Amino acid sequence: MFEQLSLFGLQQYWWMIISLLGSILVFLMFVQGGQTLIFVLGKTEMERKILVNILGRKWEFTFTTLVTFGGAFFASFPLFYSTSFGGAYWLWMIILFCFIFQAVSYEFRTKPGNLLGQRVYEIFLILNGILGTFLLGIAVATFFTGSLFSINKMNLSDLAAPVISRWESPAHGMEAVLNWKNILLGLAVFFLSRVLGLLYFLNTVGDDNILLRVKKQLWINALLFLLFFLSFIVTLFLSRGFALNPSSGVIFIEQYKYLHNLLAMPGVFILLALGVVAVLTGILFPFIEQSKISGKGIWFAGPGTILTVFSLFLLAGFNNTAFYPSTYDIQSSLTIRNSSSSRYTLTVMSYVSLLVPIVIVYIWYAWRSMNKVRTDAKEMEEEHLY
Amino acid sequence: MDILTILAFNLVDWSRAQFALTAIFHWLFVPLTLGLSFLIAIMESVYVKTGNPEWKRITKFWMTLFGINFAIGIATGLILEFEFGTNWSNYSWFVGDIFGAPLATEGIMAFFLEATFVAVMFFGWNKVGKGFHLTSTWLTAVGANLSALWILVANAWMQYPVGMQFNPDTARNEMMNFWEVLLSPVAINKFFHTVLSGYVTGAVFMTGVSAWFLLKKRETLLAQRSILTGSAFGLVSAILLAVSGDGSAYNVAQKQPMKLAAMEGLYQGKKGTGLVVFGFPAPDKKIHDGKDGLTARVEIPKILSLLGYRDKNAFVPGIEDIVDGGYKPEYYPVPFAEKEKAFSASEKIRRGKIAVSALKDFRNARKNGDRTKVIAADSILKTNFNWFGYGYLKSPEDIIPNVPVTFYSFHIMVGLGFFFILLFALLLFHYFKKNLGKKNHLLRLALWTIPLVYLASEAGWVVAEVGRQPWAIQNLLPDVAAVSMVDSTSVMITFILFAVIFAILLTAELMIMIRQIKAGPKEGGTTNV
Ligand code: HDD
Ligand code: HEM
Ligand code: HEM
Repeated sequence: MFEQLSLFGLQQYWWMIISLLGSILVFLMFVQGGQTLIFVLGKTEMERKILVNILGRKWEFTFTTLVTFGGAFFASFPLFYSTSFGGAYWLWMIILFCFIFQAVSYEFRTKPGNLLGQRVYEIFLILNGILGTFLLGIAVATFFTGSLFSINKMNLSDLAAPVISRWESPAHGMEAVLNWKNILLGLAVFFLSRVLGLLYFLNTVGDDNILLRVKKQLWINALLFLLFFLSFIVTLFLSRGFALNPSSGVIFIEQYKYLHNLLAMPGVFILLALGVVAVLTGILFPFIEQSKISGKGIWFAGPGTILTVFSLFLLAGFNNTAFYPSTYDIQSSLTIRNSSSSRYTLTVMSYVSLLVPIVIVYIWYAWRSMNKVRTDAKEMEEEHLY
Repeated sequence: MDILTILAFNLVDWSRAQFALTAIFHWLFVPLTLGLSFLIAIMESVYVKTGNPEWKRITKFWMTLFGINFAIGIATGLILEFEFGTNWSNYSWFVGDIFGAPLATEGIMAFFLEATFVAVMFFGWNKVGKGFHLTSTWLTAVGANLSALWILVANAWMQYPVGMQFNPDTARNEMMNFWEVLLSPVAINKFFHTVLSGYVTGAVFMTGVSAWFLLKKRETLLAQRSILTGSAFGLVSAILLAVSGDGSAYNVAQKQPMKLAAMEGLYQGKKGTGLVVFGFPAPDKKIHDGKDGLTARVEIPKILSLLGYRDKNAFVPGIEDIVDGGYKPEYYPVPFAEKEKAFSASEKIRRGKIAVSALKDFRNARKNGDRTKVIAADSILKTNFNWFGYGYLKSPEDIIPNVPVTFYSFHIMVGLGFFFILLFALLLFHYFKKNLGKKNHLLRLALWTIPLVYLASEAGWVVAEVGRQPWAIQNLLPDVAAVSMVDSTSVMITFILFAVIFAILLTAELMIMIRQIKAGPKEGGTTNV
């Protein structure tokens, strides 16, 4: 069945998979957002314990999605993998470091003999929440704003220095943190993850004191999120972009490229609009004074996030756009056409991608079986705890 | 290693050191996950079948230890995956078409399975039914083993690249046949040998910890039952491990003769080569200095020829033979041009350089639209592609891996392998004679075997990885051409950061683990104190 698709068709299919994984990842970063709030929402040791344990049952999914996102990018667009990771070395390394700490913190936090003490592991969780979301936002923003690199496949025959992708900034990725447009998206992702974390708590926590604080935090984080997100969107649509001439393979600057993309792809326009509306609806839900539905905000904001991020990725990669622009040498910019794996590999991988729905079904089934009861202080007396 | 050597480390050295550090660290946790997950699933099955709460208690005790180990295994795996991009970027492009696919499949197929059901396994005792819980425990074990499968397929492909073709237009290797990659004999054997080593690790861990309880005269019922489960599972696995180890050595002999020579410290090959059981590589040995590679040896005649080529009179090429060429490689597949007479390393380097410059001509001609030149360059490239990677090497000696490291690692692993079989057999024997509780020497030995199993396991990877140097992809891409262009100071700094963080995390994990073991299982199974 996938054999019938052209190479370009497969490249588009895989860009959609990458976009989907990326958007699910952003949604699942509610875990990170929640981590930044454990001291804000939890005033007693027991309250913090409840919060950490609620997040602790989900952190692996965020982590595994990150891993799969990386693996899928490697398999489908390896030139991006080698250029970005090998070039923006420090940006990615710092992101990796803060994820190492996260993984052990849950398991080690309250165990006797944990060497560093409970507080330190909690600080690790907070750092992971802040840096992980902000820096991933920065990294994704470079899909629009570009980076300093060059690519030359001829280098492979240069025996002294056969490296194909070269980063042309000595800061190796840290320069991206100084770009204000990147910062806007970084902050938007950070506050979004907090909003999602709060909505998730509203859905799962059974403790009234915590729930009161959640509502207070919600509106302020939501406002900040909207501020940064809308500023980013507006600058994005006003800015130039890197466009591809598909017949000659030449890349050129186009004013209002992303706005043009939005107008050229009405489907994406609709998805984006739906996504934003769903996120807003989700945020408003808790303020409706009806306890039955006030916890359900995450069911709107979550899918809304997925739709929004998904459409942003499509804007970055579809409609003859360079999804990883080079501001050093414009012709080195990566498009989905010039950076992908071979047709054969993409076909094989497409069959593997058919497993994704199965994965989603069993995750959903397992979660549903586990989440029938809200988590409160009573549950903190039993079982495997963090 | 003295400080000056370390200061002289260049980018490739630091990148290798960093990869080795992180991989070795990841591998401290993976084998226990592989083995313990199955042992736990077996124990829980017994509980569900008999309904005996004592078995539930036992299961939960081992599960707690599993959880501590699991978290840190995951954290270290993430780094490895991204390191292919951060530190081996050229590699990622050159072979990403083949290498990325198993890595992505692993994420979709294995990691989610593990992550989902490990949560049910830990938190689901009172939330889901017994049957669902048991299924989750088994699925966790299956997921862990599937994780191993895909990454090992990828690793096997680097040792023995099959199922692909070089495309000069994109300057990379492209996959032609997925099944050839997945079902390559090296991949299959590597998978079994590696997961079995994990089962042995789990079994040694379980019997060792239980032996400690018996020595302390605590939890005797739990300890006895765990020793029975662990040593029965361990004995079977250890025997199969030795069998698959023979398969590994056979594959190495066929596909990577240089690695085999290094494993045995064999410099001058001969017909009917013996197997070195015990020996010391000469530290100052240089090639062509006329000395023996080993200063002392105990050898079983003809066995290496027999094991490597299934013929006791086969010629096993030594390191010097492979560098000099000139012998007839009858027993393993070589490129057609070498059928009658193996090339010397310098001849291979010459041909490699021809291949690399043909690639350049090809791309230039393509750019200028010169069709005849494109065809000419393509044909030169094709005839010499088998030696492509040699083009990046400077001198013939570059193809020799570190012999003492490979030699010692190999012999330590194999020696310990036979020791584990013996240990499990003794434990089982005394279990059935019902006098285990009195065999304090044996119990102490079982306890002290725990560090040894880690040593054997890491040694195995050192054989496999150090023995294949200088290649990242055998014959196609040496490390120098695989690396990312980052400045070596950056890699040095991240190396140091990793080393420090790992040291802290490892200490914390060991302290926690020891505390949990000392605390023992709690009534009802909660081991939090
Ligand atoms: C799928 C690939 C893969 C897998 C499964 C492993 N490695 Fe590896 N290893 C590499 C891929 C690789 C590599 C990226 O290709 C390196 C870096 C440079 C090189 O030549 O090989 C490497 C180098 C390397 C070295 C340094 C060799 C040297 O520089 O002399 C050591 C000691 C190890 N690894 C050890 C391990 C251990 C303990 C593993 C167990 C988990 C392991 N490797 C799994
Ligand atoms: C360079 C090679 C390797 C890479 C890139 C790698 C990657 C990873 C990653 C990303 C994870 C975390 C998965 C998650 O989020 O759930 C992981 C965990 C795991 N890996 Fe690896 N891995 C490597 C080597 C190996 C090897 C050789 C094996 C086994 C033979 C293995 C077996 C496992 C297992 C069982 C886990 C589960 C967690 C645990 O360790 O306890 N890995 N690996
Ligand atoms: C009993 C006899 C054994 C033999 C003959 C044997 C043989 C081998 C050989 C030849 C290799 C290198 C394979 C390659 O380079 O591709 C290897 C690798 C390895 N061995 Fe063993 N081994 C034995 C026992 C053990 C034991 C006891 C352990 C650990 C508990 C172990 C763990 C490993 C591991 C983890 C690797 C690396 C993975 C691989 O390449 O398959 N082996 N073994």
